[in-house]
Amino acid sequence: MNSPSDNASPDVLVIGGGNAALCAALMALESGASVRLLETAPREWRGGNSMHTRNLRCMHDAPQDVLVEAYPEEEFWQDLLRVTGGLTNEYLARLVIRSSSTCRPWMRRHGVRFQPSLSGALHTARTNAFFMGGGKALVNAYFRSAEALGARIDYNAEAVSIELDGDRFAAAIVRHKADDGSTREERITAKACVLACGGFESNREWLREAWGVNEYGEHPADNFLIRGTRFNTGSIIANLRDQGADMIGDPTQAHMVAIDARAPLYDGGICTRIDAVSLGVVVNRFAKRFYDEGEDFWPKRYAIWGRLVALQPGQIAWCVIDSKAIGRFMPPVFPGVRDNTLDGLARQLGLDAAQMVQTIEEFNRACRPGRFDHTVLDDCTTEDVTPAKTHWARPIDVPPFYAYAVRPGITFTYLGFRTDDSTAVHFNGRPSPNLFAAGELMSGNVLGKGYTAGVGMTIGTAFGRIAGTRAAASALGHDGADTLRIIEERDRAAV
Amino acid sequence: MQQFEALTREAQSLAEGGPSAAHARPPGADAMSAAEAEVAREMIICNACRYCEGFCAVFPAMTKRLEFHRADVHYLANLCHNCGACLHACQYAPPHEFAVNLPRALARVRGETYAHYAWPASLGALYQRNGLAVALALAGGFALFLLLAVAIHGSLFAGDARGDFYRIFPHGLMVSLFLPVFAWAVVALGIGASRFVAEVKPATGDVGASGPATAEALHDSFKLRYLDGGHGEGCHNEDDAWTRDRKRFHHLTFYGFMLCLAATSVATLMHYVLNIPAPYGWFSLPKILGISGGVMMVWGTVGLWQLRKRRHPDHLEPSHSGMDRGFIALLFLTGATGLLLMVLRTTSLMPVALCVHLGAVLAFFLMMPYGKFAHGVYRVAAMLRYSVEKRQPDRLGLSGE
Repeated sequence: MNSPSDNASPDVLVIGGGNAALCAALMALESGASVRLLETAPREWRGGNSMHTRNLRCMHDAPQDVLVEAYPEEEFWQDLLRVTGGLTNEYLARLVIRSSSTCRPWMRRHGVRFQPSLSGALHTARTNAFFMGGGKALVNAYFRSAEALGARIDYNAEAVSIELDGDRFAAAIVRHKADDGSTREERITAKACVLACGGFESNREWLREAWGVNEYGEHPADNFLIRGTRFNTGSIIANLRDQGADMIGDPTQAHMVAIDARAPLYDGGICTRIDAVSLGVVVNRFAKRFYDEGEDFWPKRYAIWGRLVALQPGQIAWCVIDSKAIGRFMPPVFPGVRDNTLDGLARQLGLDAAQMVQTIEEFNRACRPGRFDHTVLDDCTTEDVTPAKTHWARPIDVPPFYAYAVRPGITFTYLGFRTDDSTAVHFNGRPSPNLFAAGELMSGNVLGKGYTAGVGMTIGTAFGRIAGTRAAASALGHDGADTLRIIEERDRAAV
Repeated sequence: MQQFEALTREAQSLAEGGPSAAHARPPGADAMSAAEAEVAREMIICNACRYCEGFCAVFPAMTKRLEFHRADVHYLANLCHNCGACLHACQYAPPHEFAVNLPRALARVRGETYAHYAWPASLGALYQRNGLAVALALAGGFALFLLLAVAIHGSLFAGDARGDFYRIFPHGLMVSLFLPVFAWAVVALGIGASRFVAEVKPATGDVGASGPATAEALHDSFKLRYLDGGHGEGCHNEDDAWTRDRKRFHHLTFYGFMLCLAATSVATLMHYVLNIPAPYGWFSLPKILGISGGVMMVWGTVGLWQLRKRRHPDHLEPSHSGMDRGFIALLFLTGATGLLLMVLRTTSLMPVALCVHLGAVLAFFLMMPYGKFAHGVYRVAAMLRYSVEKRQPDRLGLSGE
């Protein structure tokens, strides 16, 4: 047990306060290293985007407590391959997948509890293990466990830059913010460091620059909402990029969802999503459809709609449903715009009413009769309309009609540090001996694009644990080659 | 940025509900009190999130609804055990602008429901006033009254009672004093609970309770299942750590109280049926039940008082402080003075101790239908409706992300 006051210059400095950072801190503590953890946010906002999460995607070959049936490695890998369109690293992806099958006893040991798949999310009962109470409960448990193991936690402490000695971590320059708003800088040295302080999604200038200007002369990023924390400004990503760290990922790639346009600018979290897309149609500012709303099950498609809306003029779209859909999708947090006629609905939305009526009527005529079943890829499809709606296509004809304005909501960005199974930050292809990265800021190694529910937490947990173990080994003078064996042993011991 | 703000405003004005519907009063809220409307507002947010589903009965009950009317809100408020788990786990808790604090919002409505369903209705307002001071004054007042009555009789320190309470207060007098008070409490709470069920039943499946539903509701209520955090490891008191203490001290208090009630019941039976009048020996059933019950009540209430002092302020509705503490204090006094009486019963102080104890008991039963005791009655009624409703087919076919 280390005394917190001794940890001004710890063995392992962890920068970040979300899932990956906490996993790293806990593993380092378990290895006997002293740990100091820097969380940019004040205590009540701690945990970064992890506090908005609800599950992690888990491989398993047989039913496990809250997980039903089996979700084998190969199926998980194929799912990941499909959503990323091949923009992934099979070796690292499989490492993540395999570690998800054994990590939960260890999570439980540190206070995380699991619950059955939520109502309205039953299809994930096989693939995703839900945290009891969601991600904030997980974050609370990990902080509590880290403190009990002697970690020193600094809130309101933002690492602004990293001081390197060649490719070695030497120190972090940290800005402490006091309650009265005043700041104080501290140079914190440590034997090793784990970077796990998120992507750059809340840095609006950077998003603006990355997304540039579209064909309509707009800056699309100005209309993005941030689903999570306001503290992920990417300052360490930019700082180390400028110091020559090897990078991976396209800055416009992110986990992006279509969310209610009325969502708060930050931290709207899960409740702002609109799950009615596959039950209706989606029109853009010209009152025209632009993509197959019934391409696949919503859980497999929700993550592409953020980007689809981002590519529309004004970065806004409207999901239009009729009364048949009410009660069939997760209740949205904001009420929909409601009208008894499509014409009236379009007028309320400020859209071209004639075009709206034409779009819907054209769609309605194209709907072929079939057996509607929202639980399977049914045979309700359209003919002779572009774009087609390939499943769950039913005429929008039972008033009242409802519409939900949606905007792109960024969950997290994928640009980050290129690394390997050691999680070491690389410089010109060479791994740093004592600087490691985990979580969103290296997720681009596995997620080139696309997303599948719960995989962010799987990546954060797997690489967070590796990074913490590696950093402790580096600080305590071990070589780190047996990291995976150590993790395996801890998982077995926790069962 | 300007473009962003303009478009946001545009989207907001286009969409029904104003700048932030999560802050607006939900539809149909006009007939509701401010506290009820606040619960309905928070429930819309919770229903779109659902992360807390595993904690307790409130959230599974919520997922059966898309709208939250007055009866729904009353039902959910009384299902809540105020374990605090959802607050500590909440991504939308203050300082988030959605400002979700369900434990407090539900507690506030709970308090309103006690007054709303109270019988007679005019006494419902007592819930607001029955604070710690009132409780102590009432107990003290009754004790003083009894002391004076006994003193006038000249037997206060007479010392010839030799442990026989009936020398001080004849058995018939005690029965005629306590029976009406007790009967009043039972009738008043019974009417309140049936009014509550009458309003909530149509909103919770509208069918009566089957045997299994009743058994489950009673089992879960009397085991305080929903103070276990869903994982069985306890609920919250001062922070995000789990503790089993709240459940333990509640059990001690409640089952201690039940043992005392059992002691009285057994003694009544012995008196009337078996014709064995008091006093009873140390190893008689009434004594064993009464002493163990009294010790448990004292232990439990001291524990609950301590926990309440350390309780995270956000869990609690501040205006309930008096009701809660007055109730704990009366329970403590009832138990403690009972034990004191047991110790002093063969001394000359027995008559004084008896008066003090009877004063506390009288105050407790008088306040029973208009104080915190009501929470148990309404909780069991809500749990019963929950067990009924969960057995009904789901009206919704939701699917989501």
